[in-house]
Amino acid sequence: MNEIAISTEGLVKTFKTGKEERRAVNNLSLQVGRGETYGLIGPDGAGKTTTTRVILGLLSRTAGKSSVVGFDSMQDAYAIRERVGYIAQQNVLPADLTVMENMRFFASVHSVSKEDQKKRIPELLGFAGLSDFSSRLTGKLSGGMKKKLALACSLIHSPQVVLLDEPTLGVDPVSRREFWNLLGNLRAEQGLTIFVCTPYMDEAERCTQIGLIYAGELIASGTPAQIKAMIPGQVIELTPSDSEAAQKLLSGKDGILEIQNYGEKLHILVDDFARRAAQVEAILAAGGIAHDALRQIEIRMEEAFISLVRRRAGQDVETQGARLPARAGETL
Amino acid sequence: MTTQLFPTQAEVKKRPPIVVERLTKKFGDFVAVDDVSFEVNAGEVFGWLGPNGAGKTTTIRMLLGLLHPTSGSTFVLGYDSARQTKAMHAAVGYMSQQFTLYNDLTPAENIRFYGMVYGLAPAALHARLAEIIHMAGLEGREKSLTRSLSGGWKQRLALGCAIVHKPGVVFLDEPTAGVDPLSRRDFWKLIYAMANEGVTVLVTTHYMDEAELCQRVGFISQGRLVALDTPAQLKLLQMRGEVLEISTDNAEAAMRVLKSAQRSGALALDEVALYGAQIHAVVRSANQAMQSVRDILTAEGITVRSINRIAPTLEDVFISAVKTPEVQS
Repeated sequence: MNEIAISTEGLVKTFKTGKEERRAVNNLSLQVGRGETYGLIGPDGAGKTTTTRVILGLLSRTAGKSSVVGFDSMQDAYAIRERVGYIAQQNVLPADLTVMENMRFFASVHSVSKEDQKKRIPELLGFAGLSDFSSRLTGKLSGGMKKKLALACSLIHSPQVVLLDEPTLGVDPVSRREFWNLLGNLRAEQGLTIFVCTPYMDEAERCTQIGLIYAGELIASGTPAQIKAMIPGQVIELTPSDSEAAQKLLSGKDGILEIQNYGEKLHILVDDFARRAAQVEAILAAGGIAHDALRQIEIRMEEAFISLVRRRAGQDVETQGARLPARAGETL
Repeated sequence: MTTQLFPTQAEVKKRPPIVVERLTKKFGDFVAVDDVSFEVNAGEVFGWLGPNGAGKTTTIRMLLGLLHPTSGSTFVLGYDSARQTKAMHAAVGYMSQQFTLYNDLTPAENIRFYGMVYGLAPAALHARLAEIIHMAGLEGREKSLTRSLSGGWKQRLALGCAIVHKPGVVFLDEPTAGVDPLSRRDFWKLIYAMANEGVTVLVTTHYMDEAELCQRVGFISQGRLVALDTPAQLKLLQMRGEVLEISTDNAEAAMRVLKSAQRSGALALDEVALYGAQIHAVVRSANQAMQSVRDILTAEGITVRSINRIAPTLEDVFISAVKTPEVQS
């Protein structure tokens, strides 16, 4: 039903250093419909940037297929560049150019006519909330404003799709919220297709579709609600007096599917909150472990991600308790 | 009355390990930190949060004695940060976002190096080395080069180096930037293990999901302390307004309608934003706004599936607090 804006099929990218060969992207298939905001979400080193660069044709692919708005990433990289905006990770705009000069620079790189520039640049500066700063040196902007300027620059040639590689890295919560609100406005008002890479699990909630990527593989994809629904059961949160001992006592007990550490708290995934709450309390009481009132919480993307990675790693969640999965993150 | 230069042992013991008293720092006309006071208790994990330029780092620099206050004072473990900096440094740990490790040394060599910097005796250092290797889960990797370790390992090693001298207070500056969620959970397990042994931890972070892991947090905005409480209490008490989650058959169209109603003043919305297939709106009163939101959307031919009041996240609270700074009484 939806037209496809970005597609990969069985995408593989390996890097060779000396004799070693590393598979940065492993058999990755994803589809992004027009007008979607797609989040490729995973930790550092998971393969987000490599995937993005192959999609754009900036890196060659080892195997598989990839295309943007129907153009093959390798054969038609130039056609893609005309239709796509891109913010690279740690994107740096020339600091000694003013905001306006940067906009003009990007416009001329993308061969935007002088006439179009006159209309387009004020529009974009207004959209990014930078109208009052057009003569300010880019180096003098705050981190959040730089990100907004980068977004405005990436939109100068009216692309159909933008690919943003960790656009909110290192910005504060206020700027991060503003940036995502801008992306929401682009989706609502212009139907722009947005592909965004991020290590931040909570940003999943701002996307219409997401793919969770880990060690080069897509471990789950769907709407944020669909992915959270992949984790069976419900979550009990409590703060025990002795976390280590509490985990030992609870792990493997009837109806307890998984235990995750959450700071001083525990997140206990159970098959049925109503049935298990009293059981958990009784086990802890018998073990002499004090705790605050236990409560049911909504599963968030972070709990879902951890659970999916553990499952992927073939951990026996019934018995492994909360000893964190073999530093699963360390195989990256 | 004479002012005493150094606190007595007894005074050191009864004071909370971190005390900030009416702290002010001006750079010329600019007030970076404006009359800020708070305390962190022994064994507490405290989050120090604020947008860029709010005075967060300036406060930490003064706590560490790297910058002198214009007025007011800070005490760490009873030491006056500005006047007893050297003694204080010997008793605190600091871990920066950049994990200041030597990549061409092994983890054991890094720990030994920091141990020597802090003046540990060889026997004490030897014992401490084994403890830290165990704590950081680095057994079997003592001899790998630090550069070959992934983010999670490096992070735990950096923490190990910061606490080699068994400090009573540890400052962590955005410690989990760029670390995957699994390693991050491990790291926080270590933080709480330290806290349970009585170590006081002050963490700065930009990520509110990480701030949720702290026992208590302070928000600083435009130099002023705007909120100070547990994450749960802040969500309960500090949010100005209520959050509605609106589900419709067409989120984009609904967003356009609500934005234009916000602009024209037809609807009083503090904020309206797309969250995936839903819209979140911050309103004064959820009960009052629900019907008007529903009416406006329905009038534009949009089918409203549900409108619910949802609990604010810590990020919602943070943003509402820093948008309208109000000094904590």
